[in-house]
Amino acid sequence: MTDKKMTESLIFAKPESLTEVSTHYCPGCSHGVAHRLIAEAIDEMGLRENTVGVAPVGCSVFAYNYFNMDFCEAAHGRAPAMATGFKRVNPDMNVFTYQGDGDLASIGAAEILHAAGRGEMITVIFINNAIYGMTGGQMAPTTLPGQITTSSPLGRDIETHGFPLKMCEILSQLDGSAYIVRRSLHDAANIRKAKKAVRQAFEVQRQGLGFSMVELLSNCPTNWGMNAEESLEWIGEHMIPMFPLGDFKVHPAIVESKKG
Amino acid sequence: MAKELLKGNVAFAEAAIRAGCEAYYGYPITPQTEALEHMAKRMPELGRVFLQAESEVAAINMVYGAACAGVRVMTSSSSPGVSLMMEGLSYIAGSEVPVVLVDVMRGGPGLGNIAPSQGDYNQIVKGGGHGDYRIITLAPATIQELIDLTVEAFDIAEKYLAIVAVLADGSIGQMMEPAELPPMQEVRKREDRPAWALTGAKDRPPQAISSIYIDPAEEEVFNLKLVEKQKEIEANEVRYRSLLLEDAEIAVVAYGTAGRIAQSAIKQARDEGIKVGLLRPISLYPFPFEAIAEVAEKVKRILVVEMSGGQMLDDVRLAVEGKVPVDFYGRMGGMVPLPDEVFEQIKELNEKAKA
Repeated sequence: MTDKKMTESLIFAKPESLTEVSTHYCPGCSHGVAHRLIAEAIDEMGLRENTVGVAPVGCSVFAYNYFNMDFCEAAHGRAPAMATGFKRVNPDMNVFTYQGDGDLASIGAAEILHAAGRGEMITVIFINNAIYGMTGGQMAPTTLPGQITTSSPLGRDIETHGFPLKMCEILSQLDGSAYIVRRSLHDAANIRKAKKAVRQAFEVQRQGLGFSMVELLSNCPTNWGMNAEESLEWIGEHMIPMFPLGDFKVHPAIVESKKG
Repeated sequence: MAKELLKGNVAFAEAAIRAGCEAYYGYPITPQTEALEHMAKRMPELGRVFLQAESEVAAINMVYGAACAGVRVMTSSSSPGVSLMMEGLSYIAGSEVPVVLVDVMRGGPGLGNIAPSQGDYNQIVKGGGHGDYRIITLAPATIQELIDLTVEAFDIAEKYLAIVAVLADGSIGQMMEPAELPPMQEVRKREDRPAWALTGAKDRPPQAISSIYIDPAEEEVFNLKLVEKQKEIEANEVRYRSLLLEDAEIAVVAYGTAGRIAQSAIKQARDEGIKVGLLRPISLYPFPFEAIAEVAEKVKRILVVEMSGGQMLDDVRLAVEGKVPVDFYGRMGGMVPLPDEVFEQIKELNEKAKA
């Protein structure tokens, strides 16, 4: 019998861009998945040592404990401005913000609009779970009509609270926006597509094409009052009809590079 | 360098540039907009960073971001805009990154008007934003002082990893005087950025700059650290000018433009034989408590003059500790007192002092 050499191939590991710290997120929450997708993309691109992340106010306020890279903490909604200030003096660094729906679409609406409008060379990862998680389940600008939250206990009433904001649709109107896409984290197939989008967004920054944002439809089982499995189904059944998945703005250079 | 005729707003902007300021983020607001415009022209010329933000809220947060990068960065505004920056200033103080702010005060409250005032004393000197922190506050009375204090502000901010505010008013911002600008300092090289700065986690563990201490016990440790720093600042950074206090029976305490006006009134009073002098604080935080307490030992009365309803007045009273009567003369709403008005006050006090 001939000797067969045993070789070991590492086919799955924690990304270098994540720390060993266990996250504090609720069981079933997609923040962990989103963190991983970002970390994988940054690892693949070899950018960990040249990246600065901007953490929001929200459940992911401690994101800097989970990412193995330099981070700063913004005030609620101000991450795009903080990222702008940092990136303008460090144009060769990779800068991203990680924001929830309250942070980005409510208190931070002006900051995200103008960062996109200016074509800031930053990447925004927008976690949309249609609710304010950290503060205990209040209504968000992306809360669905009829959705029960602690500040819309009878269900979001359009007459009083108006309609949800569709941020991809809004920001894709701006000339400064280079890559504005919405993906979802509710099943494996969609998570794989989300990963590709996150990677593409960072590539857009690297190529200096303009502002990039990936909106990720996510869950909040705790404040939606569901178990994890139900919450993922809810995204598919209820969130996607309101927030359709797709590419809302794609810089021509991206299309060209895909062809080539 | 030779003296040039300079407008206040242009002077402090150019002074910052000479101090090696690498980035300016601001928003138009009267009466300081000339600073923004000067930066818009000069910063790109020098390969530095200028951006007009969408609001003062955005501007101060851009400043916060650049400060985390370890570069010299500043903003300027006026009273209503500074109010918008208070959140950002609190975060910056809670993160211990150096920032320079110039506040060119105007009439208020609310939208107020664009005329000069000293109505932001409490807001700036006592911190302004939420939480336990103080802003090192320097108050020029002339364009030359404005230049010199702006340059110094960057050094002081970096020495203490704190916010330094240069507190001016609309008349200083708008007036023109001969003054000297310092020679140009280049911006800091990348490799010289401080060790705490966010430069990318290369060959070192990652760094995070934030102002959150979720455990109250840890927050208190941080708060006490700021208190210790304040003690150092109070021991080392007090600045003031004394004029004609050696034999004075009345002391006027006034800062900035009010101090300059008081100086004219004091000259007038001295011409009439009134023994009056001036103590002009230049650092409002740290406040010259000791210097004023010493003056209170020697004079019969103190007159505080401000372009406000009496904000520094409280600090003067604290310094005096009831030793002598403290009177107040103020104009508000953007009205600027004339030397004659202050002279009348001094005359009245002189009569009271004799009685």
